[in-house]
Amino acid sequence: MSLSISLAINGQPRHIALDDPRVTLLDLLREQLDLTGTKKGCDRGQCGACTVLVDGRRINSCLALVASLDGAEITTIEGLAAGEVLHPVQAAFIAHDGFQCGYCTPGQIMSAIGLITEGQAGDDPERIRELMSGNICRCGAYQGITEAVLDAQKALAERKGRDAA
Amino acid sequence: MNRFDYIRPASVPEAIAAGAAPGSVYLAAGTNLLDLMKGAVAQPERIVDITRLPGLDRIDWLPGGDVRIGALVRNADLAYDMRFARTFPAVAEALLSGASPQLRNAATVGGNLMQRTRCAYFHDLASACNRRAPGSGCDARDGENRLHAVLGWSESCVATHPSDFSVPLVALDAVIEVEGPAGAREIAVAALHSLPGTTPERETVLAPGELILALRIPVRAAAFARHARYLKLRERASYAFAVVSAAAALELEAGVIREARIALGGVAAKPWRANEAELSLAGINPTREAFLKAAELALAEARPSGDNAFKIELARRIVMRALTLALEGTPAVMPALPASPFSAIPEAKLFGANHVA
Repeated sequence: MSLSISLAINGQPRHIALDDPRVTLLDLLREQLDLTGTKKGCDRGQCGACTVLVDGRRINSCLALVASLDGAEITTIEGLAAGEVLHPVQAAFIAHDGFQCGYCTPGQIMSAIGLITEGQAGDDPERIRELMSGNICRCGAYQGITEAVLDAQKALAERKGRDAA
Repeated sequence: MNRFDYIRPASVPEAIAAGAAPGSVYLAAGTNLLDLMKGAVAQPERIVDITRLPGLDRIDWLPGGDVRIGALVRNADLAYDMRFARTFPAVAEALLSGASPQLRNAATVGGNLMQRTRCAYFHDLASACNRRAPGSGCDARDGENRLHAVLGWSESCVATHPSDFSVPLVALDAVIEVEGPAGAREIAVAALHSLPGTTPERETVLAPGELILALRIPVRAAAFARHARYLKLRERASYAFAVVSAAAALELEAGVIREARIALGGVAAKPWRANEAELSLAGINPTREAFLKAAELALAEARPSGDNAFKIELARRIVMRALTLALEGTPAVMPALPASPFSAIPEAKLFGANHVA
């Protein structure tokens, strides 16, 4: 049994022929589409390394079946920068040293974008930490991550203000 | 993960017909099911994907004031719905204290109620577990059981139900609308999950093929909106299951408790409604002594199932603290750490020990 699935991945329409319904979004990205920026950590929804945006919402791609996502728009870490120009959240992670080894970083950045879109944290570092708790950093770069999210949120709000003016 | 057939029905009758066949399971977000399948704890032959069923993703306010929440509404969307969070604040707080933002964005209302226990022996195929493999025994009884049940457990099973969401739901008399091969029916959330007895493998009262279509919270529950809290003690500050938790809601009239609602989480195989504790508070002044007595009554039947006698005292204290904070009033804004006893609420004047100092 083969399933035909249509996805938009980083703006590109993709038609996937699934010959096995067991494929998760994470495995599709990494093993079939060569989008290895999304990382496999625990593969059980506990670490957040596999975080991507599905229809603009952050989810764990390890716990999502591709078969169930027909028609969805997926954004991964590869879809953020405009050529050589980094996304403001990427730039903020560099500016604030929001990582050490870097393995959790794509998930952290995708989660931060989701958090900013959700708009529930305000400028409260405690709320940012709580709403980033689905992303584990075993190097312990949490202080830089929190500062990066705060800063990027401000930069994005200013950019939005400029665009509206 | 085992091989399975995948089908995506377009209508509820089609889904039920497929779901009633032996070996079928329903798939919503899959945040619990896929985890179980990766560990081979669940090995379904057929996955019936219900995510495309029409009309199950809406929050509707019914003419009488009840709210009807479609089974596919995502946990985060319900918790952040302004009207819902104002009307049923303890439910929103419980939702936001569960899992992580990514999981709350995916996980559904129906799936949350149907999630399985987190007992490590249930998840470990090398262990005996009557819930997973009936008749095999229970390795938790003589194992690492400090987080296991203190109420309603049996020699067959000492697992707890992990849902936070369902704890305030049982306190507020929520019901689910179910449809199955034998037709439609309603079930109180309090009657959905079964205590283990000698058949722990029967986790809920749902018959094969029965599908949760919606959750309803009665308008009566809105009377508690100004004095309602959910508190959850975890072994870390965030993203952890409850050691013990409590929902407490008070309806006050001229300083007197008209009615109280109390339920506990993390203590049994089902969300635990504390009826006698509630009755003890009806019609009296909200005093420290009254709350202590209610907390005693809530745990009157508790007994340790292993190295977990501490949970009984902890559960009394979380009931006491939840009642105390409910009396102080529902916070105007959701605490930064929802449901955390360590979340500072500056204006709170607590009885007894106060972590905020």
